[in-house]
Amino acid sequence: MNNMDFCKLSIAEIHKGLIKKDFSSEDVTKSFLDSIKNKDKDINAYLEVTEDLAVSEAKKIDKEIFEGKKISELAGVPVAIKDAILVRGLKNTCASKILENYIAPYDATCVKKLKENGAVILGKTNLDEFAMGASTENSAFFPTKNPRDLKRVPGGSSGGSASAVAANMCAYSLGSDTGGSIRQPASFCGVVGLKPTYGAVSRCGLVAFASSLDQIGPITKTAEDAQIVFNVIAGRDKMDSTSVDFKIKNTGFKIKNSKIGIPKEYFIGGLDKKVEKIIKNAIKKIEGMGAEIEEISLPFTKYAVPVYYLVCTSEASANLARYDGIKYGLSKGEGNNLLDVYLQSRGKGFGQEVKRRIMLGTYALSSGYYDAYYLKAQKVRTLIRGDFEKAFKKVDAIFCPTSPHTAFKIGEKVSDPLSMYLEDIYTVSVNLAGLCAISVPAGLADGLPVGLQIIGNYFEENKILEIAKVF
Amino acid sequence: MTEKEEEKFQKDLSSILDYFKILEELDTKNIQPTFHPTENFLAEKGNVFRKDEEKLEPEELAKKLVEAVPEKSNGFVKVKAIFE
Repeated sequence: MNNMDFCKLSIAEIHKGLIKKDFSSEDVTKSFLDSIKNKDKDINAYLEVTEDLAVSEAKKIDKEIFEGKKISELAGVPVAIKDAILVRGLKNTCASKILENYIAPYDATCVKKLKENGAVILGKTNLDEFAMGASTENSAFFPTKNPRDLKRVPGGSSGGSASAVAANMCAYSLGSDTGGSIRQPASFCGVVGLKPTYGAVSRCGLVAFASSLDQIGPITKTAEDAQIVFNVIAGRDKMDSTSVDFKIKNTGFKIKNSKIGIPKEYFIGGLDKKVEKIIKNAIKKIEGMGAEIEEISLPFTKYAVPVYYLVCTSEASANLARYDGIKYGLSKGEGNNLLDVYLQSRGKGFGQEVKRRIMLGTYALSSGYYDAYYLKAQKVRTLIRGDFEKAFKKVDAIFCPTSPHTAFKIGEKVSDPLSMYLEDIYTVSVNLAGLCAISVPAGLADGLPVGLQIIGNYFEENKILEIAKVF
Repeated sequence: MTEKEEEKFQKDLSSILDYFKILEELDTKNIQPTFHPTENFLAEKGNVFRKDEEKLEPEELAKKLVEAVPEKSNGFVKVKAIFE
């Protein structure tokens, strides 16, 4: 097999090759490292590549295979980690100047689980600063390009993780999703992205953006791969009190006679006609396989974006208060004044979008505005959740677009924050309700990938993964 | 923040806050807020506390945490004077 061909393989295919001894993990790892060397100067998906560490990890797995030990499906398979998820001993910048030199003192729980399964970590990937954005243009270091068209954004905030998978610079990656940050870049780059149910995967070791919305999930080439990774990283963790002990269920789910809901509110103005056609074709395809299609209504949809931006900015303003220039990260401030340290460290350390969100969130939480903004938003969140609870009494899964259009051009929306916020229109409700959802490539519009979003009920990841395998 | 930045932020924030006004049209008087979307699935509801027992972390972790501190002295975090 040609070296570059290793990079096109799925996790499942690499695993098969490794146990059949067709090739070694070192072969595979080195071809991914070559692929990064060749392509990443144009794409800029990686913030750091850990070549030596990856090769030595790969050799370890090869030795285990040679010794006849039974290995996990992820053993020896190269992975990239979003630079908001801690990997012990590596820098964790969160694409921010304030954490530019911060070294992770411990592993995130999901990273620990990957390591226990023998994963080969290739490096850390770019993102919008503190995961705040939909294009990866908000990185304090450099923007990442979309491998399908270098003039376009890869989406965000897990843009580095999605473009690394799409450009065959890793077999799979981990991202995080607060309002669409796994699904939208997966859609723009033409790969699979799973946002698990809130509480399905431990958030311990994920740099907090909005704690009631954040979830870690896999970005992969196939739905089967997403399932493999999800089953490894999921589960209750005592280090995250919001993580849930749930039984992995729906493994025997059948598409025939299942019910698919189509929310009418997701197919109105603003949706690109070509994207709409591709999604409608996907619906026809699943109908052809014996699923029953039912139009449903999620009447509170139009309130989701304002609710999301109130909740996420409020939580972010509280979470980001920890960057004080005292405990870790960038520290500035001359003289003897403590307040100067706070103001100057934060003033110099945070980028524009982070500042904008801290200001919005602080305002929404401030006395006199708390009821009108933050509490109001959390109440409307209950109504949005109720929409889905009603829907899932009737249907097994919901089909809709991941994004209203394909990847936009670099620089097109960066100066208008509100238009960037509206990018999240089809994804934020899922986070507000805490549900699981996956984006799978459903076709191309003018040569650019279109993602189909499949939304599932709480902890029914395996159901939407089974459906996703069809596409 | 420069004056120009201040102006830009003012413009951005007021258009965003205007957009949020759409929530005012909903009556939410009798609606409970959602702070934790999957709370019903937890074995223990409400606040979750860890057991009140000594938690032994490896010394190495404590060392690493202190290493990350910009200004330190003898394993302590150094902070500028709080009182004049």
